[in-house]
Amino acid sequence: MKLTRRKAIIGGIIAGGVLGVGFWFARERDRLGHRTLFRVGPEEAGLNGWIKIKRDDTVVVAVPRAEMGQGVQTALAALAAEEMDARWDQVRVDDPPEHVVYRNVEILIDGLPFSPEESGAMVDMAHWAAGKFGGVLGVLATGGSTSVRDAWIPMRTAGAVARDLLLRAASRKSGVPVGELVVSDGEVRRKDGGRVARFGELLDQIEHLSAMPAPPLKKPSEFKLIGKPLPRLDIPAKVTGAATFGVDVRRPGLVYAAVMNAPTFGGAASGFTVKGSLPKGVEKIVVVPGGVAAIGSSWWRANKLLAEGIDVQWQAGPEPKLDSAGLWRRYEALLQDGKPALTRTRGTEPKPATTRPFEATYRAPYLAHTTMEPMNCTALVAERDGGKTVEIWMPNQSPTLMRLIAAKTADVAQADVTVHTTFLGGGFGRRAEVDLVRQAVTCALAMPGRPVQVLWSREEDIRHDYYRPMALARWRAELDTSGVAPKLVSVAKRQVAQSPTDQFPARTIGLPTQGKPEGNAVENPPYDFPYYRLDAIVAEGAVPVGFWRSVGHSHTAFFDESFVDELAHALKQDAVAFRRALLAGKPRHLKVLETVMRESGWGRPLPSGSGRGVALRASFGSIVAQVAEVAVANNALQVKRVTCAVDCGPVVNPAIVRAQMESGIVYGLSAALYGEITLADGAVEQSNFTDYDAVRLADAPAIDVHLVDSGSAIVGGIGEPGTPPIAPAVANAVFAATGKRLRSLPLKLV
Amino acid sequence: MISFTVNGQPARVEVEADKPLLWVLREDLAIVGPKFGCGVAACGACTVHVDGEAVRSCSVAVAGVAGKTVTTIEGLARGSATTLHAVQKAWIEQQVPQCGYCQPGFIMATAALLKANAKPTDKDIDEALSNICRCGTYGAIRRAVHRAASLLAGGS
Repeated sequence: MKLTRRKAIIGGIIAGGVLGVGFWFARERDRLGHRTLFRVGPEEAGLNGWIKIKRDDTVVVAVPRAEMGQGVQTALAALAAEEMDARWDQVRVDDPPEHVVYRNVEILIDGLPFSPEESGAMVDMAHWAAGKFGGVLGVLATGGSTSVRDAWIPMRTAGAVARDLLLRAASRKSGVPVGELVVSDGEVRRKDGGRVARFGELLDQIEHLSAMPAPPLKKPSEFKLIGKPLPRLDIPAKVTGAATFGVDVRRPGLVYAAVMNAPTFGGAASGFTVKGSLPKGVEKIVVVPGGVAAIGSSWWRANKLLAEGIDVQWQAGPEPKLDSAGLWRRYEALLQDGKPALTRTRGTEPKPATTRPFEATYRAPYLAHTTMEPMNCTALVAERDGGKTVEIWMPNQSPTLMRLIAAKTADVAQADVTVHTTFLGGGFGRRAEVDLVRQAVTCALAMPGRPVQVLWSREEDIRHDYYRPMALARWRAELDTSGVAPKLVSVAKRQVAQSPTDQFPARTIGLPTQGKPEGNAVENPPYDFPYYRLDAIVAEGAVPVGFWRSVGHSHTAFFDESFVDELAHALKQDAVAFRRALLAGKPRHLKVLETVMRESGWGRPLPSGSGRGVALRASFGSIVAQVAEVAVANNALQVKRVTCAVDCGPVVNPAIVRAQMESGIVYGLSAALYGEITLADGAVEQSNFTDYDAVRLADAPAIDVHLVDSGSAIVGGIGEPGTPPIAPAVANAVFAATGKRLRSLPLKLV
Repeated sequence: MISFTVNGQPARVEVEADKPLLWVLREDLAIVGPKFGCGVAACGACTVHVDGEAVRSCSVAVAGVAGKTVTTIEGLARGSATTLHAVQKAWIEQQVPQCGYCQPGFIMATAALLKANAKPTDKDIDEALSNICRCGTYGAIRRAVHRAASLLAGGS
């Protein structure tokens, strides 16, 4: 059963290549790229596909990943700059053209539904296949906390090859043997320190040389930039208003489009009637996939028209009467009797003993992303030689996918589509979706020669998201009560949720669904239980679900870490001591847990009405533990401080790692305290920050982040792992403070 | 025709009187620093100064600023082409922005706060800055507000 399912997944990856994305035959034997690849202009010289230098000594590094706040431009540029010994203040970044060398291989490998502890021939084969086909497919994508993990070797290799080329160019220019030269502080020097050439002086020499195989990469002890809190490259533009987000794209002849999406999921517009004539500022109304768009010189006017001046004939989606209560009933039935899509066991199933069950059921709601920058995409369809070309400007997490969808929508070849990725005003997984590019190209086809900027209101954003799945889980433990103290015999969990990894390829490139759960949602807890069983049931339904910062970890961590806490209490043990005993074989997890205990003052007395809670979750290759300290008064919950310990392996930029932990915590806390999307009559009930709120300064806890170095050489992700532990840490703290166990998100005291 | 001053320059626009200032800035004047976030004055991404006071420009009709002086993030450091406003300097020093979309709003709200209250407490800051940042840069914002206050007081 297991083998068949896994084979199907690999088959799906292969099918993805054949059916959807098309083959790029990756003739390159590595990911270095030719040095003309990175749009090399006059007064520039390409050193390889990732690095070019300018006459003024500037080093430009290709960053083919979306900057959505996670600091990816800074982190990736530092990898290249480190190995070429560039000075940080001479480094700039730029978007490279789409090419297979810039593919994100790690994101495909990471997308496989295996727990990190799992190994064996089948897992190895799947990893190999994903790597292989990642190369063939050439996916440019940002997500899954994969960017640094993916770039760690290729971008450092690019830097090392660049340094070698600079040394040989300087030798050629000066006649000094290569062996006597070094790159230091952004110029080529003699080993005794005398300057031989600035980078900009070597442009003409480089043309005559070809890249040699990569010299050995630096040892960590030789790092000068990696591991330092280098200032972020994107910040200056972000404090002056100069940074260009998707909504800031201004092109000659630009018009704006507001959208009204079908009220029920999967619905569509079949027609519309404008009340009276079109007002000034609105030129055209068009039916777009999923809704209608009003296009004109003013987005504000167009949006107002949609709200007040138009009647649309809507085709209902498949579940027009869906409501939250009905959905929970459906999930409860599945929890009871649903056939698991995945069953996993560890340990030996215990023989019947004198046991009593200990059971708890947990709930997590649908969540919207609410990126600060509302959803948008700008598209231009132009005539060329009797055919069409398409240009896209978009804050997006996968230019490869956007190009594919734009080409399909406009019925042109992918080669006739150009995608420009702007800064993203938040991504969180939402900007991997293709709904906006479909709508924007549809509008642009109706306005040939005019760039059309489609922008959704916040209301459309919240009501037409691809939601973090709602999920239901029942944990059950068997406790041996024959002795003096109760003893843990086994644990088992049944969990119900829809699967974003099943839905996403279906709705984007038309792959058949395979009924498999999302990998993050079914990762095993790290604890060495005497016996563990997981049954994951995949729910069907009309509500679209998608990737949301840490995806399934965000609810599964709540289920698992709440239950472990309850179990500790039932066994009359300290929550931390209980976890430690079950982590005896996991030194990295233990060190993270011990760090957070020490730094949070675990066990130190707190005033009455206050409490601490702990939670631990490994995700995306990193291990994070958090202790939340809460105060509860008059049924009002305040999260006072959060102590966080993280082991992410080698740290590229400690300031960014800290910032990402804080960011993940606040994002997770907004969900834990306020986040809940509910349905009535097939539609989402929430509409704006007024009823789908986020943590603000006044309720933001003090956050203290500690980086744990366990000596691991394996790079972990950092954009998402801060999010999963916060909800259970707060819930466990509420229990410590009040004795009240909250088993549903968001956490409500009354 | 509605006339007002934006970042030191005269502006004259012929638009509906109820068109929000935010959209006049972004669509008619090509000033895109103030950001659209919610349209209902709930998030603060569109914050600008009108006669020195922080306002949420998505919910202010342009007719209401006739004859007034509007300052956006682009004009905050006006008068010193090569330097930045103390709040912007503090924002860089404390490495505040992540995605950065909400930051023009936070910076403008902070500049107005510090004009009214040169040495705000954490509580003052919490009350004055009710903007939303989905990247959760709040800790860095608190530090940067204090730092900007100190820079404005002549600190180095």
